[in-house]
Amino acid sequence: MHDMSALELSAAIMAKKIGVIEAVDAYIDRIEASDSRLNAFLCVEKDKARAKASQIQARLDAGERLSPLAGVPVAIKDNISVEDMQCTCASNMLGGYTPVFNATAVERLERAGMIVIGKLNMDEFAMGGSSETGVFGAVKNPWDTSRVAGGSSGGSAAAVASGEIPLALGSDTGGSIRQPCAFCGVTGIKPTYGAVSRYGLVAYASSLDQIGPIGNNIDDCAAMLSIISGRDDMDSTCVLESPFDFGQEACPQRLDGIKIGLPRNYFDAGIAEDVKSAVMAAARELEEAGAVVEEFEMPLMDYMIPAYYIIACAEASSNLSRYDGLKYGYRSPNADTLQGVYRMSRSEGFGLEVKRRIMLGSFVLSSGYYDAYYKKALQVRSLIKDAYSSLFGRFDMILSPVAPGTAYKIGENAGDPLKMYMGDIYTVSVNLAGLPAAALPCGFGAKGMPIGFQLVGSAFSEGKLVSAARVYQNRTEFNKARPGGEAL
Amino acid sequence: MRVDAGLISYLEELSALSLSEDEKLRLLGDLDEILQYMASLSGLDTQNIPAYSLVYDNMNAREDVATSSLDREKLLRNAPKSANGMFVAPRTV
Repeated sequence: MHDMSALELSAAIMAKKIGVIEAVDAYIDRIEASDSRLNAFLCVEKDKARAKASQIQARLDAGERLSPLAGVPVAIKDNISVEDMQCTCASNMLGGYTPVFNATAVERLERAGMIVIGKLNMDEFAMGGSSETGVFGAVKNPWDTSRVAGGSSGGSAAAVASGEIPLALGSDTGGSIRQPCAFCGVTGIKPTYGAVSRYGLVAYASSLDQIGPIGNNIDDCAAMLSIISGRDDMDSTCVLESPFDFGQEACPQRLDGIKIGLPRNYFDAGIAEDVKSAVMAAARELEEAGAVVEEFEMPLMDYMIPAYYIIACAEASSNLSRYDGLKYGYRSPNADTLQGVYRMSRSEGFGLEVKRRIMLGSFVLSSGYYDAYYKKALQVRSLIKDAYSSLFGRFDMILSPVAPGTAYKIGENAGDPLKMYMGDIYTVSVNLAGLPAAALPCGFGAKGMPIGFQLVGSAFSEGKLVSAARVYQNRTEFNKARPGGEAL
Repeated sequence: MRVDAGLISYLEELSALSLSEDEKLRLLGDLDEILQYMASLSGLDTQNIPAYSLVYDNMNAREDVATSSLDREKLLRNAPKSANGMFVAPRTV
């Protein structure tokens, strides 16, 4: 069962070859066998999942057709609300908090007959690129458990890569779906800003955050994205009128007429040789499939990271001001005044990376520095958005690396925040411009760790990206590779 | 722009945080390095460039109609302290 794609599993369930409870039990058994070594799951709700599975089985037996993913188990990053399940954001600040409502994306997955079986580990409040900053410890990479799984959706990517779950939800503010997918050798989609409702996603940087799927191949991810996408009255920025319909192409092999841009300066410096050659090989593969690949100079590259971190931290400092120790989450027992409750609860509840970003945000928004930092970053964001608009006049999509290197050792970069931020160089501009991107595995590096590349498209061009990704995955085997060894 | 102890203390105030001595020391060095890096934006000419704003023509605004909200009792179960259907905070007056 663990070798099946999510779509194959649902088809087997529909054909009554596998029962829904049987599927849920098989995945829970797998989690129980391997997760003590991976630390991908923060909670597994076995009884609730089995009860839901039984309900879904009854509905399928009665002839209801729910969706192409009906009966498939799914796990959710622990910053996305699932009613009556913990939602810690891997932080002490939300210890003991239980949402009383479903995120819209979760509600739609459940309506489609998918079974939520648990919540997944991550960087604290999604602030990080290694899934090491969470209070519950680092997520381990299933390909080598001494290495990070990437972040912030590291639990989601590690759980899918290890076969603990066929599909997961992650969130991407500056690369948090794509980078862990690249590090763990799985597939993910960061949707266009406004394609998927953010209702029920714990806010980090509201103008950048998007929920998206992580799976073993592009078809599974596309099926999940078509379920969760589309307009929602609970999120005014969710403007996609109708959910995506990616159709069912039978093994497309060609990309004739598609123009792909390759940003030459992304490969000049700071990128590992093994990553560079694997991503270049992916470009050649698409060229052989009929696409025209043309190099260009990506403008504003030096300004992407500073603009992103200024904006993300500014929004974080505002969003995280809601944690006051009064309404939910952690309250310090050491305070007896109102101001004391605020300050002590936040100081004891947040970890160091979260405090660092809140303070950076407070700085760039503060009187005297606002124009030089925050307003300037917003102007740069306009320039980056315009630059992409003009590039999409020339190209259908842009192909680039996801990260400059492969997964590093746990703890290796933990003491150097600026070095960690620089690792986001290829991903953050996509969020600043609100664009969609698909991350796909494309090889293995010198240390045997997976490498990924991304295809970036214009706003709401997910259909094109999915088609190109299907062609790539039909012509290559990288997405079928699975980790072995002691982790599993 | 150099970060010093005075600025750290000001940012603690703005952020409603009280850092330990060890955290202050670490963040002083980190913020100094990060803000110097961020200041590289000043080298880019952005005169007459509008600041990005997240506004769509087709913004999805729902009708302004009163509907029932989330269950009060359930919400209060998440509060560290509550009484008589309300959050409990330390006395301020």
